[in-house]
Amino acid sequence: MNRRIILLLAVLLLAALPLLNLLPVSNPLHVSDFLVSIIGKWICYAILALALDLAWGYAGILSLGHGAFFALGGYAIGMHLMRLIGPRGAYGHPTLPDFMVFLGYRQLPWFWLGFDWFAFAFAMALIVPGLLALVVGYLAFRSRITGVYLSIITQALTYALMLAFFRNDMGFGGNNGFTDFKELLGMPLANSGTRAILFYASLVSLVLVFLVCARLSVTKYGRVLTAIRDAESRVRFLGYDVTHHKLFVFVLSAMIAGLAGALYVPQVGIINPGEFSPANSIEAVVWVAFGGRGTLVGAVLGAFSVNAIKTWLTSVAPDLWLIVLGCLFIAVPLLLPKGLVGLIRRRKEKP
Amino acid sequence: MNEPQDLAALPHAVSTKGLYLDGVSVVFDGFRALNSLSLIVEPGELRAVIGPNGAGKTTMMDCITGKTRPGSGIVRFGDRDLTRMDEASIANLGIGRKFQKPTVFDALTVFENLELALKAPRGPIACLRWVLSGEARSRIEKTMLEIGLTVRAGDLAGLLSHGQRQWLEIGMLLMQDPQLLLVDEPVAGMTDHETEQTAALLVGIAGERSVVVVEHDLEFVKALNSKVTVLHEGSVLSEGSISHVQNDPRVVEVYLGR
Repeated sequence: MNRRIILLLAVLLLAALPLLNLLPVSNPLHVSDFLVSIIGKWICYAILALALDLAWGYAGILSLGHGAFFALGGYAIGMHLMRLIGPRGAYGHPTLPDFMVFLGYRQLPWFWLGFDWFAFAFAMALIVPGLLALVVGYLAFRSRITGVYLSIITQALTYALMLAFFRNDMGFGGNNGFTDFKELLGMPLANSGTRAILFYASLVSLVLVFLVCARLSVTKYGRVLTAIRDAESRVRFLGYDVTHHKLFVFVLSAMIAGLAGALYVPQVGIINPGEFSPANSIEAVVWVAFGGRGTLVGAVLGAFSVNAIKTWLTSVAPDLWLIVLGCLFIAVPLLLPKGLVGLIRRRKEKP
Repeated sequence: MNEPQDLAALPHAVSTKGLYLDGVSVVFDGFRALNSLSLIVEPGELRAVIGPNGAGKTTMMDCITGKTRPGSGIVRFGDRDLTRMDEASIANLGIGRKFQKPTVFDALTVFENLELALKAPRGPIACLRWVLSGEARSRIEKTMLEIGLTVRAGDLAGLLSHGQRQWLEIGMLLMQDPQLLLVDEPVAGMTDHETEQTAALLVGIAGERSVVVVEHDLEFVKALNSKVTVLHEGSVLSEGSISHVQNDPRVVEVYLGR
């Protein structure tokens, strides 16, 4: 009960931020544009953290490539945003995005068709990561690839996608990716009202994803996942098809990561192959580990706190960030095996 | 008897029920773990399998449960060919296995462990929509009573003693409503009192279903008071009552006469 009130308060506090942004700058409660936009980003990261925690914390699937699903979701919405630029691009072509004109495309590639509709693009932001997870997961889980081997495969997956998206002839803007977005659903992206709407869309998504994950974790399915995490072959001997169960959660997790990416890109205004960088996926693992894997609150808390540290450090001592990240990667499993949440719980048990 | 065609073609007359192994061989890197092993366990029978280390007891279990594919030979349960099935489908066929090392799910409670094992649709969607019915609850409670863990229902399995974990695992097998139960060294590391209780538990379980117990502990095997099969170097050395086996000179030589 107590915990629910704290969570509710946290959500309300976040929800208040865009409103406080409307106050005049002179007001002491005023919240800067910068803070609103950065918290909006962190909310998307928190959704990604929940996705990863579902796969790793509950089912024991340590994916080091979840950034790929996030980036694919972002690219899907990015394609829509590119289509919406229309003739306002630098080359003024009525249908082709700037980079296609520059690269000498005559017409839109077939895989860009349909992305002028928001609903289609949004669906693709979920379906494409889901399908990729389905194929990779099926091949890996069917062959009973687990543990570090699975982690390496997922890491290779995101790296391969990064290299592929860097290529101009992939048709996704090469290393520049997509940017210069103008509007979404008829709302100009530069407008602070639109930013607030995107912020709230992300917050609502975070709450919904959290509730779905929380509901899932208390079903028998959640307990099967825990059992798979702790003793996979035993679950198999109980007659469960472990491949199906892992595949289900992996695909769900990839779709949630895609959703996070789709919410992220309109807020930051850019998507490029750097989002596929293996370091991004590893960072997401650090969020979950730092917050406390296997607990949903931990994943969210980890995403917020590690990104807060990152934002602060990259402004005061940019060179230190990667070192600190590396130290976290080593120190957390050693000193905080259950993360911040474990620390808080221990405090509570021993007053 | 109305036997299926392929069974009638088998070299020996076989009952269509129970476990049937004939000429099963498994070779690991030139080592013959099983050497033309033949064994029949009747429905409802309690059978003890003993033998020195490396006799092939665990490999035999692996062949029955689909963990290892025999190089040659027949492994059947009823009219089903087990060599063509994977672990999950063999488990769903009604063959439960208790491993040497008890593997219960430490992060789940005793009740939840049994609930997972309960025979019910096993797919992800079915598990998501699963609601514990009164009937299921009473089955779980009945099993907890049988294995003596009723008072620990809400405790995490990780907090149980070694003996209790073994019983929980046997309970999990019972939840699957098996026709054949394979029990690997159930009393290893148990106190004498726990050993006695386990023997009584297994004797009580057999009858409704076949139970195969692999064990080193001879006192325990005596307490089971069942037919005994002695394995040696991957094949059956001797078979019969415990007194028959104990007096068999070949058995005395390789196993009992140490």
